[in-house]
Amino acid sequence: MDPKTYKFDTLSLHAGYQPSKNAGSRQVPIYQTTSYMFDDVDHAAALFNLERGGHIYSRMSNPTVQVLEERVCALEGGTAALATASGMSAIFLTIMTLCNAGDHMVVSSQLYGGTVNLFRLTLPKFGIKTTFVKPRDTEGFKKAIQPNTKGIFGELVGNPGNELMNMPEVSKIAKEAGIPLIIDSTYQTPYLCRPFEHGADLVVHSLTKWMSGNGSSMAGILVEGGTFDWMQNDKFPSMTEPYEGYHGLSFAEEFGPTAFTMMARAEGMRDMGPCLAPQNAWNILHGLETLSLRMEKHCSNALKMVEYLSNHESVAWVSHASAPGHPDKELAEKILPKGTGSMIAFGIKGGKEAGAAFINNVKLASHLANVGDARTLVIHPASATHSQMDEATLKFAGLSHDMIRLSVGLEDFEDIVNDFEDGFRAAKKPRLVANK
Amino acid sequence: MKFKVRGINTFASTGGRPFDKNKPLIIFVHGSGLSHMVWVLQTRYFAFRGYSVLAVDLPGHGLSSGESLKTIEEMGNWVGDVIGAVGCKEASLVGHSQGCLVTMECVAQHPEKIKTLTLMGGASAIPMNPELLKLAEESNPKAVDLMMDFAHGPAGHFGGHPVPGLYHLNVGSMIVQNKEIKDTLGVDFRACNNYKNGPEIAKTLDLPTLSILGAQDRMCRLKDGKILADYIKGSEVKIIEDCGHMMLLEEADQTLEILKKFIAEHYPLPN
Repeated sequence: MDPKTYKFDTLSLHAGYQPSKNAGSRQVPIYQTTSYMFDDVDHAAALFNLERGGHIYSRMSNPTVQVLEERVCALEGGTAALATASGMSAIFLTIMTLCNAGDHMVVSSQLYGGTVNLFRLTLPKFGIKTTFVKPRDTEGFKKAIQPNTKGIFGELVGNPGNELMNMPEVSKIAKEAGIPLIIDSTYQTPYLCRPFEHGADLVVHSLTKWMSGNGSSMAGILVEGGTFDWMQNDKFPSMTEPYEGYHGLSFAEEFGPTAFTMMARAEGMRDMGPCLAPQNAWNILHGLETLSLRMEKHCSNALKMVEYLSNHESVAWVSHASAPGHPDKELAEKILPKGTGSMIAFGIKGGKEAGAAFINNVKLASHLANVGDARTLVIHPASATHSQMDEATLKFAGLSHDMIRLSVGLEDFEDIVNDFEDGFRAAKKPRLVANK
Repeated sequence: MKFKVRGINTFASTGGRPFDKNKPLIIFVHGSGLSHMVWVLQTRYFAFRGYSVLAVDLPGHGLSSGESLKTIEEMGNWVGDVIGAVGCKEASLVGHSQGCLVTMECVAQHPEKIKTLTLMGGASAIPMNPELLKLAEESNPKAVDLMMDFAHGPAGHFGGHPVPGLYHLNVGSMIVQNKEIKDTLGVDFRACNNYKNGPEIAKTLDLPTLSILGAQDRMCRLKDGKILADYIKGSEVKIIEDCGHMMLLEEADQTLEILKKFIAEHYPLPN
């Protein structure tokens, strides 16, 4: 006897939506509206008091966005989700719901540059400090925890160096400390890894990337696993004690496994308002329908690319968890059995100058500040996505000046290789000149 | 709200309003392995409309201490004791699934205390599939997956939670899995399986009673719910179409509307 609940591929097409409640519309409708009619005064009061479910104002929730939230939640195996205007706003909302002024976070050092800046420069303005730990330094996460630490945050596969955080072990450290583990799983998508199954308590995504794949829309999401007991200690009074903003409601008592998301929506979306536009939610939903198919192709193209780059005379080094000799290969095989994603970092011989020549001479690969598009993307992080970091921070984050970040797309592999050959040929020329 | 019943720390949600023993009391009793959290879309409404509400966590469940009670009879008696423990003399009861058996037992044992009875997804007997029972008693998470599968109707399997962002199946699953499965779900399933007094008890009930049934219920099938309602003198029956066993979440608004009308008619607020 096995449960007949829907499986991953089915959920990616159907979860969160019932046509019978939407005029029979097979496709999810776009509810392009700011606000929603109340039946009467009693109905309005019930919605404002969180007595019943429903929509009030699209800053708080929207029916199209709701489908996206439920769909991602179902795919991740979570209890609740909250979509936001971007991945960065999902992270900011999560931290602002978790922390108060005077609190502290322990954070992996290998992150998207914007996230580094949020923790390093912006959150201190709100009195929230961070200790950065290198992703492979599992014991370092434990040592960095202070009495006022409210969570551990990291990307499972760090951007851009592709170093893995040992999520199962770090989750044990978080549990011992009575704090949640928050994973930015943008690189993996739930197709490659469902972090709740490895001990994470909260997951955030930039949906702008592989989840949509079409590169058309900004979006982010916070997903709750329902696993964290907010009442186990006195570290989270805003979750456990009566909240003045909703008539003394205790979110943890009332909502249990969905408490964090309920609070993030009720307080964070109400007061900060980084809401997702319904049109963008609809665009992301379109991409999600083909998530499995795309991720399979992304991963298979990435494997071929790793082999190609590893044997290329112009390449000094390649970092991808599938690559022979990668320090995290064993861990990757354990927690990413379907594939280690399509992000590759490689060093080009000739350093920064050669890197610039390579990027300026590829034609098929797009030079831009995004990842996870269906198209192949390249960038030189030290001069773009991570350019606001000083030398020491760049080094600590595992970045070098010869690093090219590659997001492998779905094009025919041979076409990508032909394009790269043009780039490598151009990259050699300055050195030949210099050698003369 | 935390209070003591028989000396054991007990938790009940008061629906977001302070408990007041002088207001009419409605007690909500959850189903197997679950907790007060399943009632949030019914309790808060009544709490903000002049009633005192207790969505109790049965012993050993949710935030209540102690061990799970082993029989439906014990649970029914315990619910009767809750009324006195909070300083009240009477209450209306609302039960879901196993909670229907428990509340019927409570009425039978404490008839003078109970003013109305609402049964959601009920049946006069809830025999358990032997394999499911075994899995639950072994704390196998598959028991929870099967329960969530059976408990939700075809529409509910797609989601569509009334509260934006929540995903039905996983919410219920985590409520159960946040406790040791064999200590809550296993004990509850065994208690349901062993309980045989339902039909006889139902025939003795003599109070305003409402049965809310899901047309697509696979845990307590519609026909079994109707048979139970037929046993109870004068019982009202309301059927929610395209809905499974978890009507309190799957069709929370319809469930609340039906309950509101019944409570307003049979257990109104004093003038």
